[in-house]
Amino acid sequence: MGKVIVVTSGKGGVGKTTSAAALGAALARGGDKVVVVDFDVGLRNLDLVMGAERRVVYDLVNVIQGEAKLTQALIRDKRVETLFLLPASQTRDKDNLTPEGVEKVITALKRAFDWVICDSPAGIERGATLAMRHADVAIVVTNPEVSSVRDSDRIIGLLDAKTLKAENGERVEKHLLLTRYDPVRAERGDMLKVDDVLEILSIPLLGIIPESMDVLRASNLGSPVTLADEDSMPAKAYFEAARRLKGEPLPVTIPGERRGFFGKFFGRKAA
Amino acid sequence: MRVNFLLTLIRVGFGNRKLTKIANVLTKPRPIRLKGRSFLALSLAPELPFEDWLVGLDDLADRSAGFFLRRPVILDVNGLDINKAELRDLIDRLGQRNVRIMGVEGARNSLLGPDMPPAMSEGRPAADFEPPTEAEDGQAAPAAEPLPAVTQAPVQSSGSLVVTEPVRSGQSVFFPEGDVTIVGSVASGAEVVAGGSIHVYGTLRGRALAGANGNSAARIFCRKLEAELMAVDGFYLTAEDMEPDLRGRSVQAWLDSHALKTAILG
Repeated sequence: MGKVIVVTSGKGGVGKTTSAAALGAALARGGDKVVVVDFDVGLRNLDLVMGAERRVVYDLVNVIQGEAKLTQALIRDKRVETLFLLPASQTRDKDNLTPEGVEKVITALKRAFDWVICDSPAGIERGATLAMRHADVAIVVTNPEVSSVRDSDRIIGLLDAKTLKAENGERVEKHLLLTRYDPVRAERGDMLKVDDVLEILSIPLLGIIPESMDVLRASNLGSPVTLADEDSMPAKAYFEAARRLKGEPLPVTIPGERRGFFGKFFGRKAA
Repeated sequence: MRVNFLLTLIRVGFGNRKLTKIANVLTKPRPIRLKGRSFLALSLAPELPFEDWLVGLDDLADRSAGFFLRRPVILDVNGLDINKAELRDLIDRLGQRNVRIMGVEGARNSLLGPDMPPAMSEGRPAADFEPPTEAEDGQAAPAAEPLPAVTQAPVQSSGSLVVTEPVRSGQSVFFPEGDVTIVGSVASGAEVVAGGSIHVYGTLRGRALAGANGNSAARIFCRKLEAELMAVDGFYLTAEDMEPDLRGRSVQAWLDSHALKTAILG
């Protein structure tokens, strides 16, 4: 049985889709079978970021409504054999997602893949709650600024209340992915410090992705940054995050600081 | 067939929460009281099939006209396998009998529509209510006498609640029975309401409302103050009104003759 990951944040524009695609590609590069599912029905983006927008025939809503088979809707990546995309519908809205339909799709995907990565829409409404519903692991994507941190805090609360695991008295494993981290601005004190964000959210840190033009360039090329330029700073950070996701106790380096803080940030347990 | 009258103490807390501040250039704004009040409500637990249950209710109503008049009534649907339409129909049929439902207990969210009474929770059980007997028949509508409001002495700290998780934005910890201890932080946009004192062994960034039942001896303690609002027995301070040099420090807050005082701890 594969693991279900939800990439979520509450706030929009923090890098959920970019991170879902980059982590998915990074995991698939290691040989794991990965599917990335776009839950942003009506505002789909994942197909663009993964460069599959011209190959979409059927989508998640078609599968849920029984108009297409799962195998018909899945799109195999052209660069990495083990990477698949299940696109969202652009013409429908989120009301077409039903709890039963989502459960059916996720159950089927779990059987066939090692990782099922659900790219959540922004907000805390239907699309977002359904995306997190079946998660085993949650990656909370946060920018180092106050509104993003507070929204992430809200989402963590929902992960502890509205997921299937929470309702069964279990816990969703939660990880913080700090994105768009700018070492120059951090130096000037214009951004929240890594320590402050960790203190507020009190969940373990999965990685810090530096703000970089490489991310934008990769998105415009229709390629996850981990496939477009694997030697770039953000790509390296995503590869490391993927290894931590698989359980490797890798130290987290704060971009802009020379020394890595072995075990200082990663491995910190929630209060 | 049994008509189950459970008297349930419900808390209609902070009914008149007014947080508007009157700007006054010369004097510091006076704190506004946030009042909590308790009322006794009847809890009606209908049984399926509703037809039979309503017959029993009508029988009771025949014996004492206006029994439900002017009483707050809660509908307890816990464990009933019904859908929204059935619930709405039941509420309508109770309405035709002059039984007005002010809240529904034990209902799933999907059972309640915006046009229906709100969901109620955290009711505390009280003694069963004696339904009127035949003997009372002669007297004029016993229900005409208003239900006595529970004049509560400030609830003493009979209980305590320990929360070992951080209280996240959007979450609310509500414990009118006594003290609340949070081992962790209270996030911005989160809220802790306690009948007694509040202790936060972390950073208090959200709101803390102590002594919510009128306990003016309650206090608020936190390891690090970044609070949006603190209140004791309804007297409150917003972040703007707090002494700037208290921010980030270990602080306690208490009530001193209708003013909330704050000081650094230790």
